[in-house]
Amino acid sequence: MSTDVTDKSPAAAPPGKGGGAAGTGLLQLVLDGLRRNMRQYGMLLALGLIVAVFAVWTDGDLLLPRNVSNLVLQNSYVLVLAIGMMLVIIAGHIDLSVGSVTAFVGAFAAVLTVEHHVPWPVAVVLCLAAGALAGAAQGFFIAYLGIPSFIVTLAGMLIFRGFTEILLQGQTLGPFPDGLQKIGNGFLPEAGPNTNYHNITLLLGLALIVFVVVQEFRDRGRQQEFSLEVVPRNIFLLKLVAIVAAILVVTMLLASYKGAPIVLLVLGALVVGYGYVMRNSVFGRHIYAIGGNLPAAKLSGVKDKKVTFFVFLNMGALAALAGLAIAARLNAASPKAGLNYELEAIASAFIGGASMSGGVGTVLGAIIGGLVLGVLNNGMNLLSVGTDWQQVIKGFALLAAVGFDVWNKRKSGS
Amino acid sequence: MAGPVLEMRSIVKTFPGVKALSDVTLEVRQGEVHAICGENGAGKSTLMKVLSGVHPHGTYEGEILFEGEVCRFRDIRASEQHGIVIIHQELALVPYLSLAENIFLGNEHARSGLIDWNRTLRHASELLRRVGLADHPETRVADIGVGKQQLVEIAKALSKKVKLLILDEPTAALNDEDSGKLLDLILELKKQGITSIIISHKLNEIRRVADSVTILRDGRTIETLDVKAPETTEDRIISGMVGRDLDHRFPERTPHRAEEGAAPALEIRNWTVLHPIDQQRKVVDDVSVHVRRGEIVGIAGLMGAGRTELAMNVFGRAYGRYAGGTVLKDGREIRTRTVSEAVRHGIAYVTEDRKHYGLNLIDTINRNISLTALGKVARRGIVDEHEERQVAEGYRTSMNIKAPTVFEPVGKLSGGNQQKVVLSKWIFAGPDVLILDEPTRGIDVGAKFEIYTVIDQLAAQGKAVVFISSELPELLGMCDRIYTMAAGRLTGEVPRAEATQEVLMRQMTKDKEVTR
Repeated sequence: MSTDVTDKSPAAAPPGKGGGAAGTGLLQLVLDGLRRNMRQYGMLLALGLIVAVFAVWTDGDLLLPRNVSNLVLQNSYVLVLAIGMMLVIIAGHIDLSVGSVTAFVGAFAAVLTVEHHVPWPVAVVLCLAAGALAGAAQGFFIAYLGIPSFIVTLAGMLIFRGFTEILLQGQTLGPFPDGLQKIGNGFLPEAGPNTNYHNITLLLGLALIVFVVVQEFRDRGRQQEFSLEVVPRNIFLLKLVAIVAAILVVTMLLASYKGAPIVLLVLGALVVGYGYVMRNSVFGRHIYAIGGNLPAAKLSGVKDKKVTFFVFLNMGALAALAGLAIAARLNAASPKAGLNYELEAIASAFIGGASMSGGVGTVLGAIIGGLVLGVLNNGMNLLSVGTDWQQVIKGFALLAAVGFDVWNKRKSGS
Repeated sequence: MAGPVLEMRSIVKTFPGVKALSDVTLEVRQGEVHAICGENGAGKSTLMKVLSGVHPHGTYEGEILFEGEVCRFRDIRASEQHGIVIIHQELALVPYLSLAENIFLGNEHARSGLIDWNRTLRHASELLRRVGLADHPETRVADIGVGKQQLVEIAKALSKKVKLLILDEPTAALNDEDSGKLLDLILELKKQGITSIIISHKLNEIRRVADSVTILRDGRTIETLDVKAPETTEDRIISGMVGRDLDHRFPERTPHRAEEGAAPALEIRNWTVLHPIDQQRKVVDDVSVHVRRGEIVGIAGLMGAGRTELAMNVFGRAYGRYAGGTVLKDGREIRTRTVSEAVRHGIAYVTEDRKHYGLNLIDTINRNISLTALGKVARRGIVDEHEERQVAEGYRTSMNIKAPTVFEPVGKLSGGNQQKVVLSKWIFAGPDVLILDEPTRGIDVGAKFEIYTVIDQLAAQGKAVVFISSELPELLGMCDRIYTMAAGRLTGEVPRAEATQEVLMRQMTKDKEVTR
């Protein structure tokens, strides 16, 4: 065991109060923030590094508007799955069935719309319900009968893959009606004068910036209202500028091609929504509590079974959404769709800071983890690296990310 | 009389922040049964862990001599090579392996890595016969009772050519019949020349098997008595165990005057709980207790008395199987079959094991405090983070939780500060009745005083407090009334004025007879 002295900076000045020490005080604050969110910033940094490296290697091709748009479309379903998987892993479980469930829902959608000509909006609703039901069924066995999630979802993986093949009778089924296709590879409609940019996307970006700025200021106001300490004004403004800049860059990139893909909007809504739920809702807190220490959560009156059940129900619904997106994008339902997606989703969650023992992780982390994998995929494709080596490299990336995590934890002695 | 086979001289053992042993001396004669007794936390188990090498040489001060030789054990293996074998309170058997496999685990009869089953089984049956077990050596451990398992542990010790056998509270989990058998076996082994050290606080057991008894208190040796001598009475042993004076370690409190007529805030009637696995065993047997508003009621008892089991079963069946009894809140019968039901009725249970049952160690102070009553800082299912933080900051100040911010993970706090977080969490839930289970276990004196003060304030605010503790001085210093339990039964109820450590200890060590 490490016997390192925890206080490594005996010489460091205490956080400054006077004007002269304001500089060090500021730095201290930033460093404190960084240290507390080491994992998250570390991954964000790694993502930035990977993007930069591939941008150089591909002579900038990686960051061409068309490619960024592609990258989003290619990875959206893994990202959707990663959000749900993050919740499952935080709760201390695992879900191996999501790949099969996505395939199953794709097949279900094809049977409904192609064979039975059900209107596509109705089919979408039915498909989401089917996914939620698949998740709920597994959640029931896990939460109420106490069968380990690994076993239940391993069974689910076989069962839903089997159902997929039964539904499709081994065939590929397509094409889908136009409306459904739009979900997978559609873009926002265009309107207004020709500006060389996609107007609606620009407007949307602008609206987002206004919304974020207003939210941040309101939040700051509320903090002061509760007479809590707030971050110094200049740091707060710096943070705002950074956020606004990031939104602007992405908006411009997308607007200079065909505009924002619909999938991206859906994904954005999911990230914001789930991020909020996990951070601010009672339900989200209870997920962290049962994953962090189940006996303590039970003794605090958390209804652990109900929470577990809904986490799996939710995973099923998200898997259905991903299934619809894949099927729509490929414009066909195939018996082999979604193969290994569960593993990509699980890898994303762990790269993004989840812990095997549960209780840790954020939705944003899952997205960063998924993007690391996505950029690796896309970048290596641009460089024409074979899928054989792609797998090897992705494997090492996962190992390195989690290895760093373990090393970092041991160093901090907790 | 034979000379000493074991001498432990001036043993000092410190854990971070706590001095578990400060100057313990122990002398055990060849071929005797030597009992060690003392209150919970007196240092008995730590001393035996030092002796057996669980705490290796170099992590303690002092000297150990075994058979006249100075010993410096690096680990358990080293002490076992000298013939010192310890049997811990929690049995160390693998449930799904056979008796024979367990007996020779780590010490297999093998030739070039392959187990010689004939020799293993023959030798195993021989050892099982020696401890009085007729079961086939291929029986799985899971299929025999706890009493027999204890005997298997002894067989395992015998296989290691044991000279000094250490038993840590061997009968704590056994019924009378099994206890009897075990004690007989210890006497039988004594005839075969095996020296035993037995840690126990059941005085009748000590009288039955032991030749001498060493009493520990607060990490020190108090005295060693000859059990067979006429002047060694149970009272003599008890006064040795508790003989410590009460100093000003408790806040001044005005004793509660019970308002006659008003129904108790909480009343538990005829409560019985069965062991979760061994359902023949009653861990709580027909216990009735009550507590009034503004009153602090203690429950005293030694390990295995059933105090925690009672509290946890009442609190949403969190432990064991319910087998009868009713709960009344302010005179009306209530149901507490789930934790959330109990919380809704204004009952809080603050666990004795904060790390496993009380806190989410990887989460922050504010989130731990708000967990039980998240609804109070949430609107329509959405937590107001700022309000939550304000609440947590309030407790950080009022409870004096030493942490730079409320965003610190509780796993990084000291035991005392963690305990304050657990208390804050339950106070925030706004209960009428607080059941505090060993609220000061493993924390330093300063933090203890702060926690006593908080408890006193809670009672002054009109809350009913049930105070479960193994430390008699704190019960005497804090409680208006004290119940005693032993072996799952209520053995007494003592008002503050009549309570002394001797009175309580006598009722806590009472085995099997009910007086009321």
